[in-house]
Amino acid sequence: MTTPILEVEDLTIRYRGAPQPAVQGASFTLGRERLGIVGESGSGKSTVGRALMRLLPTAEIGAARMQFGRTDLLTASERQMRALRGNRMSMILQDPKFSLNPIRRCGEQIAEACLAHERMSKRAAKDRALAMLEAVQIRDPQLVYDRYPHQVSGGMGQRIMIAMMLLAGPELVIADEPTSALDVTVRLEVLKILDGLVREKGIGLIMISHDLNLVRNFCDRVLIMYAGRVVETLDAAELDNARHPYTRGLLAAQPRIGGSRDPLPVLERRPEWTRPMEGTA
Amino acid sequence: MLRNPGWLSPLLRQAGTILVTLLGLLVLTFVIGRLMPVDPVRAIVGEEATREVYEHVYQQLGLDRPLWQQFLMYLRDVASLDFGTSLRTGQPVLQDILHVLPATIELATFAIVIGAGLGIPLGVIAAVKKDRWQDHAIRVFSLTGHSMPIFWTGMIGLLVFYAALGWVGGAGRMDQFYIGLVPDVTGFLLIDSALAGEWDVFRSAVNHLILPASLLGYSSSAYICRMTRSFMLDQIGQEYVTTARVKGLSERRTIWGHAFGNIRVQLVTIVALAYGALLEGAVLIETVFAWPGFGQYLTSVLRMGDMNALMTCVLLVGVIFIALNLISDLLYRVFDPRTR
Repeated sequence: MTTPILEVEDLTIRYRGAPQPAVQGASFTLGRERLGIVGESGSGKSTVGRALMRLLPTAEIGAARMQFGRTDLLTASERQMRALRGNRMSMILQDPKFSLNPIRRCGEQIAEACLAHERMSKRAAKDRALAMLEAVQIRDPQLVYDRYPHQVSGGMGQRIMIAMMLLAGPELVIADEPTSALDVTVRLEVLKILDGLVREKGIGLIMISHDLNLVRNFCDRVLIMYAGRVVETLDAAELDNARHPYTRGLLAAQPRIGGSRDPLPVLERRPEWTRPMEGTA
Repeated sequence: MLRNPGWLSPLLRQAGTILVTLLGLLVLTFVIGRLMPVDPVRAIVGEEATREVYEHVYQQLGLDRPLWQQFLMYLRDVASLDFGTSLRTGQPVLQDILHVLPATIELATFAIVIGAGLGIPLGVIAAVKKDRWQDHAIRVFSLTGHSMPIFWTGMIGLLVFYAALGWVGGAGRMDQFYIGLVPDVTGFLLIDSALAGEWDVFRSAVNHLILPASLLGYSSSAYICRMTRSFMLDQIGQEYVTTARVKGLSERRTIWGHAFGNIRVQLVTIVALAYGALLEGAVLIETVFAWPGFGQYLTSVLRMGDMNALMTCVLLVGVIFIALNLISDLLYRVFDPRTR
């Protein structure tokens, strides 16, 4: 692993008024690599992503350490966070149907990402946005630039989202279920575009997903979350050798083409799994 | 289906809807005219008239013909802008209304500018600062405006700002002294006095307008503010607002540049409705301020059973609402690319 971009130690997030913390004692580091966070709904994986960007106004975030480059994310002011967001760290949201502003042109929304951080003319921002649209393999950038979000398809919308979030050249990108809302046919295409750009630019990627296979194929390391805790961390290639019973249960519950047609095993859940396993990194 | 260019067909559909609505409105006013317990003939000839005179007028008015023929005659009259003569003033109803309407439009327009100018920003602030002291303060402010009866605030306002402090003019559209000084061109006193270059009159008119317009504006700002707040809360929870924050936009740009744009369509609707309500319903404030407007006219013809005038007033209120709806529909297309 290269020098870490992000170091998180003992992260605990509690929503105001909730009896249980949504995330408890999560620790991980991220270099210029692709880290997958996998878990079922409500396991706290999206909450981790949003906490890193400090986008949870109704939650209390506590940690022993939450360091992004030279910035301490725990103590950074809102002003400092604003300078980071969209500039050095950004986030790709799930569904372009909702994550793009319906009444503004796609291109303007992309260009805004660099206008927010750099002193530049509208013209220059537009050129950069057009170049970025080309980078996400949109054939006619000028046409798409002037389109409104309801005029583009889901796959196109998500490429617009990727363009917007990579425009300013961030070091860290959090992709929160970036392909869950897409058709299966375009899912792979969009992932490959994201993957290509992330590798090319050496961006640290956190891919939040509930899809084990996707994470296995597109990430270097995988973090398994269960009930707000990180239960296991492994290399993606080592996923089949997972030791934690929850991870093993997840793997066993995957259907396989050409495999046995017997009913899949039911995923077990045990309260004692909320403690991290001894000896895992 | 006819082959139309894309932008034409919605306009045609709109025109069709308006025609149907208008026809329905005319049926309504016609029925009101027939159902009111006022004998139109008696109202014209008086109690003492002989049987022959009565019969003569009865036939002249076409009341002996079948109802559908009467309705067609009514349609024909309306189409040629002949609304009959007012019993109260003895003048054509149209002329009467054209005389009183500008005063009300002037008042209502100032009031809605104040109401929207105050209510919308306050509503947005209340939504952004939900459950914090700003939100509570704004809630108290707007609830107060909503709960106080306008005739009462009108009198208190006159007492305080006119009688005690002398900051504003009193009742009427201008000081007594200036009445008749400016020729009646458009009926809008501010415009007429400006056209005539009579700046003293203009100043006096503004002085008289400011208090009733502010009070009406305050009371409609309460409603606009509450609605803006709830529209805004809906939008702030949307994902695209998160996107804007993720991009690192300031709170101001996130709220005004992204979220606010998406409530404009809804705002247009409620502001248009509030404006319509001000145009027809400023009766109380017009009475308190002796404002010679449409509201006063409407109440006086209603009391007298002046059928021609009354039917026309009802028709006018309907037309105002149809027109406001039309304008807000057109604005939807400006504000929301999805409706184009």
